[in-house]
Amino acid sequence: MSKHTDVLDNVIIKFAGDSGDGMQLTGNQFTNTTALFGNDLSTFPDFPAEIRAPQGTLAGVSGFQLHFGSVEIYTPGDHCDVLVVMNSAALKANLTYLRKGGTIIANIDGFDPKNLRLAGYADGKNPLEDGTLEGFNVIQLDVSKMTRHALEDSGLGTKEIDRAKNMFVLGFLYWMYNRPMEFTVRFLEEKFKSKPDILAANLKVLKAGYYFGDTREEFTTRYSVGPAKMPPGIYRNIMGNQATAIGLVVASEKSGLPIFYGSYPITPASDILHELSRYKNFGVRTFQAEDEIAAICSAIGASFGGQLGVTASSGPGIALKMEAMGLAHMLELPLIICDIQRGGPSTGLPTKTEQADLLQALYGRNSEAPMPVLAAATPSDCFYTIFEACRIAIEFMTPIIFLSDGYIANGAEPWQFPKSSDMPEIKVNFLKEKNAGDKFLPYKRDEKLSRPWAVPGTKGLEHRIGGIEKQHETGNISYEPLNHEFMVKLRAEKVERVADFIPLQKLDSGNDKGKLLILGWGSTYGAIKSACIKARAEGLDVSHAHVRYMKPLPKNLGEILYNFEHVLIPEMNTGQFIKVIRDKYLIPAEGFNKVQGIPFTATEILEKIKEVLKK
Amino acid sequence: MEPTQAPEKFTSKDLITDQDVRWCPGCGDYSILKQAQTIVPDLGLARENIVFISGIGCSSRFPYYMETYGMHSIHGRATAVASGLKASRPELSVWIVTGDGDGLSIGGNHMIHLLRRNFNVNVLLFNNQIYGLTKGQYSPTSEEGKVTKSTPMGSVDHPFNPIALCLGADGTFAARSMDRDPKHLQAMLRRAYDHKGTSFLEIYQNCNVFNDGAFEVYTEKTSKKNETLFLEHGKPLIFGDTGNKGIKLDGFIPVVVDIPEGSSPNDLWIHDERDRLKANILARFFDNPSKPNHYPRPFGVFYVEDRYCYEDRMGDQITQVLSQKGKGKLDDLLRGKEIWEIQ
Repeated sequence: MSKHTDVLDNVIIKFAGDSGDGMQLTGNQFTNTTALFGNDLSTFPDFPAEIRAPQGTLAGVSGFQLHFGSVEIYTPGDHCDVLVVMNSAALKANLTYLRKGGTIIANIDGFDPKNLRLAGYADGKNPLEDGTLEGFNVIQLDVSKMTRHALEDSGLGTKEIDRAKNMFVLGFLYWMYNRPMEFTVRFLEEKFKSKPDILAANLKVLKAGYYFGDTREEFTTRYSVGPAKMPPGIYRNIMGNQATAIGLVVASEKSGLPIFYGSYPITPASDILHELSRYKNFGVRTFQAEDEIAAICSAIGASFGGQLGVTASSGPGIALKMEAMGLAHMLELPLIICDIQRGGPSTGLPTKTEQADLLQALYGRNSEAPMPVLAAATPSDCFYTIFEACRIAIEFMTPIIFLSDGYIANGAEPWQFPKSSDMPEIKVNFLKEKNAGDKFLPYKRDEKLSRPWAVPGTKGLEHRIGGIEKQHETGNISYEPLNHEFMVKLRAEKVERVADFIPLQKLDSGNDKGKLLILGWGSTYGAIKSACIKARAEGLDVSHAHVRYMKPLPKNLGEILYNFEHVLIPEMNTGQFIKVIRDKYLIPAEGFNKVQGIPFTATEILEKIKEVLKK
Repeated sequence: MEPTQAPEKFTSKDLITDQDVRWCPGCGDYSILKQAQTIVPDLGLARENIVFISGIGCSSRFPYYMETYGMHSIHGRATAVASGLKASRPELSVWIVTGDGDGLSIGGNHMIHLLRRNFNVNVLLFNNQIYGLTKGQYSPTSEEGKVTKSTPMGSVDHPFNPIALCLGADGTFAARSMDRDPKHLQAMLRRAYDHKGTSFLEIYQNCNVFNDGAFEVYTEKTSKKNETLFLEHGKPLIFGDTGNKGIKLDGFIPVVVDIPEGSSPNDLWIHDERDRLKANILARFFDNPSKPNHYPRPFGVFYVEDRYCYEDRMGDQITQVLSQKGKGKLDDLLRGKEIWEIQ
């Protein structure tokens, strides 16, 4: 039978298997290959908190969803078209996410009685055989057998051979979706540089998977997804944490301030530490501190010394840093605090996503210690948002919080990256001489209410700063009641004044007046955008604004809100931003909340839009 | 770095700030401040390159009274703040001022990590065995059974031995001094400064309001000579009213021996600051002085070791990468490894 190619405009594939099956690697390889091919894409890695959860069980299932297309892609997709399952647990955990009529590629070796039992299927029941999968297109591959067969002469042990079986699946999918293997070949050559036998095995299995599709007659259909019509230019693939790290380095170079990054390992923020520790040739100093408190305090020490002090964590770690954040607020030193949010409270869902640290960011800390808060919307937006955070921190001499979350931190998308010359300089004015005649006033302020930065080593500007309330301008200890009230308000006013130096809020899409505005922030961007596009295609009157500057809010946000009959605020929490909006603008905004550790789907938001518009 | 220029000279008076010193009258902190202000001008440092960092507590007000750069940070974290400053600005002379509560209780974790990393900083641990600023609760160095506001029936906590803690954390410099012996304190401050690495100097400091006399057996003329043992490198361990007692080692057991007048016994323990094992024995001269047959309390430098400093290795790695790869190029970083073009 001859083979033919169907052209598709977008495809959603989910790779699922045991957490030891290499699904994240397989997904990333397919992603990068697809990106290089010119598709638009969005990914969603979803893995258990345990490194090797019990094999074969539902708890151990690790997934990686990839949505790619020749059209614009804003989310990893709601339901997948293709579900790759390495064992029965992976099928059981993910079948609900497969669209009706979708394709299942199943490794039948993972459906033996033992695996079926571990996955919780009743005795003697096998979903591949009992009609459960009726209506789906099931491709059964004995991946383990074919991998072992391909490597029978390799001299490798069974354990090492079995480790290569994800390459078989990857090769098969490359064939199915007409993808070149070069990227993965290069990747493997680099990864196994010093292990030639392992390299040879992986390459052999990758190709075996590809040729298997090519030669076997039962596989008649291949698919082609052409390059996306994205704005012309040079693109790369980027993940959120990577973008955050790169953004910090660019801000460091543009300000001339070396980075000091104090951090304690925590999911999902650790990749920023890994990334930055590789950038020593940009003068980056990374310090893996003994705990979260030491991490931020060391960064404060570096900021005092005139460097770009940065710390990052996730919710639990940010909670530990709060007292020191208050100190940074009081000292009025630039400090970047990255909160890569995850499911909570307490340890919560370490590897899952959530947006529930907003109120912690806005109102945490003892007493009143406001600081600007910025939130990134997409993986590549992490770059621009962290850069902007650095600018504000330095110009206003303030700690600042950058919010991202597990979804965009680990998610990937194509990025038309800027040239370094496209990024603005960040002006730093270290004070070199006394600023009040023969006196030095460490807390004298400029038009931004920003104080001077006089760093140790500067002759004649020796001074002491601390967490105790200080007298206006001199910075001397003061317990005077009226001075305290004045200073509390002055520090808050400084933060509010940032609003004069940020862009006005724009609508992302839709009319600037109408029935419904969706007001989003952070990683809900893609799902809201996709839903709005679909809603308008159905003739619904809906607009979308997405807020980056969470504090202070853009000055025109109120005007935008007042132009709509309904305001809907989707959040991955029980309603945090909505409190801020209702409080500040006194409007009956409506919340749409999801606290499941997984992002909104566009369909969910579309349904909600319809529900609100029916009212 | 700019070519070295002899730093401008300054005097003790130049180190006095315009702030009123607000410790209680009679507090041991005054002496420590005075001795620090006495020795710092002679260290050959530029005043602008000196930074004092403190946490919270009575002792932690110290930076406000030193006309250098300074930061009064938060409780227990001076060590962490100083680590970041020293890591990023290795050329600065960084001094940490802390107390027994600040440095060993709330900040105990940071203290041990500072010591093992061996940043080239100086830790002045003011030990008064009490919480003064919060008005008299027992501290992690208070003796067992201590009756305080928070322990009306006596404390059930076993106290820390700060020198043993320092050695246990692989500190490279452990010394003890006291507020009431200005000359010795000055000498120890100098030694702390001279040591490259984290210098841990425990200073017995009298809190005359909440724990008056905690160290008086070591400071009062009547008992000092019998209760203290001043350590000097290369010299025998001798103490007592007329230098009439010595310490010798019987295997691992220190033995107090009488020295007959006019004799100079040759089997006494000779202090060797570089001997880690013996330093650990000396650190255990920590008996309650009210107990019979206790050892005298040692003062001076227990132990010194040369070991690389964290900030140096950190800088070396940057230098090494720069020499291998050259200065990073932003556009290469932005571009990444794999790119594609859309026409």
